[in-house]
Amino acid sequence: MALLLKNAHVIDPQVGLNEVCEVLIRDGKIVEVGHDLKMEKGVERDLGGKVLVPGLVDIHVHLRDPGQEYKEDIESGTRAAAHGGFTDVCCMPNTNPVIDTGAIVEYVRSKAKAVGKCRVHVSGACTAGEKGEALSEMGDMVNHGAVMFTDDGRGVQSAGMMRRVMDYSLQFGKAVSSHCQDESLVGQGQINEGAVSTRLGLLGWPATGEEIQIGRDIEIAALTGGHIHIQHLSTAHGLDLVRRGKADGVNVTCEVTPHHMFLTEESIAEDYDTRFKVNPPLRTAADAQAVIDGVVDGTVDCIVTDHAPHADHEKAREFELAPFGMTGIETSVGLVVSNLVNTGKISWERMVELMSINPRKIIGIERVALEPGSRADLTVIDPDLKWTVSEDDFESKSKNSGFIGWELTGRATDVYVGGWATMEDGKVLDGPANS
Amino acid sequence: MTFNHKHLIDIREYSEEDLTLLLDTAERFRPINERRIKKVPVLKGYTVVNMFNEPSTRTRSSFEIAEKRLSCDTLNFGGSSTSTVKGESLDDTVETLCSYKIDMIVVRDRHAGVPQKVARKSGVSVIDAGDGKHQHPTQALLDLFSIREHKGSFKGLNVGIVGDINHSRVCGSLVPSLKTMGAKVTLIAPGTLLPPVPEALGADYVTSNLDEALPELDVVYMLRIQQERLEGAPFPSLREYSMLFGLNEQRDKLMKPDAIICHPGPINRGVELDAFMADHPTRSVILDQVYAGVLVRMAALYLLLGGVDEGIS
Repeated sequence: MALLLKNAHVIDPQVGLNEVCEVLIRDGKIVEVGHDLKMEKGVERDLGGKVLVPGLVDIHVHLRDPGQEYKEDIESGTRAAAHGGFTDVCCMPNTNPVIDTGAIVEYVRSKAKAVGKCRVHVSGACTAGEKGEALSEMGDMVNHGAVMFTDDGRGVQSAGMMRRVMDYSLQFGKAVSSHCQDESLVGQGQINEGAVSTRLGLLGWPATGEEIQIGRDIEIAALTGGHIHIQHLSTAHGLDLVRRGKADGVNVTCEVTPHHMFLTEESIAEDYDTRFKVNPPLRTAADAQAVIDGVVDGTVDCIVTDHAPHADHEKAREFELAPFGMTGIETSVGLVVSNLVNTGKISWERMVELMSINPRKIIGIERVALEPGSRADLTVIDPDLKWTVSEDDFESKSKNSGFIGWELTGRATDVYVGGWATMEDGKVLDGPANS
Repeated sequence: MTFNHKHLIDIREYSEEDLTLLLDTAERFRPINERRIKKVPVLKGYTVVNMFNEPSTRTRSSFEIAEKRLSCDTLNFGGSSTSTVKGESLDDTVETLCSYKIDMIVVRDRHAGVPQKVARKSGVSVIDAGDGKHQHPTQALLDLFSIREHKGSFKGLNVGIVGDINHSRVCGSLVPSLKTMGAKVTLIAPGTLLPPVPEALGADYVTSNLDEALPELDVVYMLRIQQERLEGAPFPSLREYSMLFGLNEQRDKLMKPDAIICHPGPINRGVELDAFMADHPTRSVILDQVYAGVLVRMAALYLLLGGVDEGIS
């Protein structure tokens, strides 16, 4: 069966495309991109006024499956991903049990094949049980399809252990991604250390607690020759460290989240709203601006969400007892288009780099481009659609977004995975994606 | 004079007029506490829950005495009977308490921000009796009361606070309220006991040199060193802490002749204060502070619950 997408503004810097044209898809692949395309038999879609890009990829999400299915599971999390405009996600291993063996990677991938609304790639733990003490069975996990290794949720505390992880993982050619948090500096830190933490009487989570491991891991990458990917970078100085590492030729990449760009520690007020409790914490306005600058100037490689669903009853606890994290996969495109693309801070091409091309490169999965022969994994965005972020609109099981009530312009309306629609006109379709 | 507060949680929401009214009202309750029958019916029929989710003897006793002298019905809720021990959430506990049709919750909790949560969930008046290392507004009120009692006014007064500023909920309320009243505040502590941004509390000066600061101070407020917190200690030994930051007989000569000494209690004798200073006949106002605690808590309960005026002299 063929599918002809018409009248969309197609943008893909990989092939130098930025024009209104047609895309013909057959058997899950792009057959032709051009004008006045002919289709013998099939379905036509008019995407006039919309932007068509290679499918968006979020390489930092928590699907909470196995073990915490009351927060999210593979079905609801991938429905949320489709709803947010994503064709692929990479899920983090801090589940229960931790994803640290091939069998658990296999569980996630097979369940995703059965019920997923997008392609699901798996990050395995880099140390057994994310305890930071012994190597995990990375080879076994790679054999079952793991694409990256990380102890996300906590930092690898010992530099020696991190070196061992990087040395060992080199043979698999996978990136090691690092959640940078020195526990001896951060302790029970709750929010960014500074004026707000002082005023609210909450223990501070100092920027240095993140930066010291960013610096350390860039040095270890230089020493071992491995690829280090810095997760959810939140500080101005942290970006400088990455900038310097790149200039020195170290194989370092980094990601940032919409909440670290568009929210600051000032969001946490006297009402102690736990939706704004995230890890790493929301930083100062200067840090948020520096993160945006890094997105603009090319230092930042990709935008991720760190989608971290938590149940209402967990976020309703005392601030110091509530879990860290906010959801994000359904608001990311809207926030980026509203605040970065529509404002002219970045081009559509740069947005595609940040949310589609680079994430695929970092986790080493097949390239997707608007060219014949490519997989038809595509995202369609209506750049002018005005909408208000609302709990009722979420497909995720959890509602802990820090952006409820925000008025945004632009959101994904249609998503194709292997030529099959997972979302049409803003509605997630039933039936599994053809992944 | 109007008083438009429902809660006493964040003392920074209280203006100079509000604080003055509280202190004046506390003063009006003094005679009641000094007669044989120390009870007035001004809050008769009001139900106040003392929700102490963290152990407390002094603050809780002080509140209970204040409530009883105003004829409130009180319920002490906490300790091993707290439902959190049984796994109930704070929100559910508060809703349960509210089903008893209560008028006020006095809450002490080891987590910052809990009084705000309790206020939001309950809809009744809430007094913060100390939340984590955030605030302890009635402690600040009693400190203000004692300082005013001994120094007359706050304008231009130099108040130095010495000790574990970083973990002190007392400071979270005392520093901003002293600023509201027009005093100048100096924080004196080693770097390990200072908050990340001391200025965020409103402090005018920050120093680690007690001897340099002492001659300027009209009020020396000594914080308690919490020995139970000395794991991963912020200073090498009690001996060295006492040497650098303890108020002792040798430092007496550095102080202004009329400078007073405050302490929120309980005192660690020989650590932050030696016996000479703790019991100093003219400088130490520590026991006056304890008495003031009852007076200001009566005033806060009375004003927040809008009690009738009869029975107060």
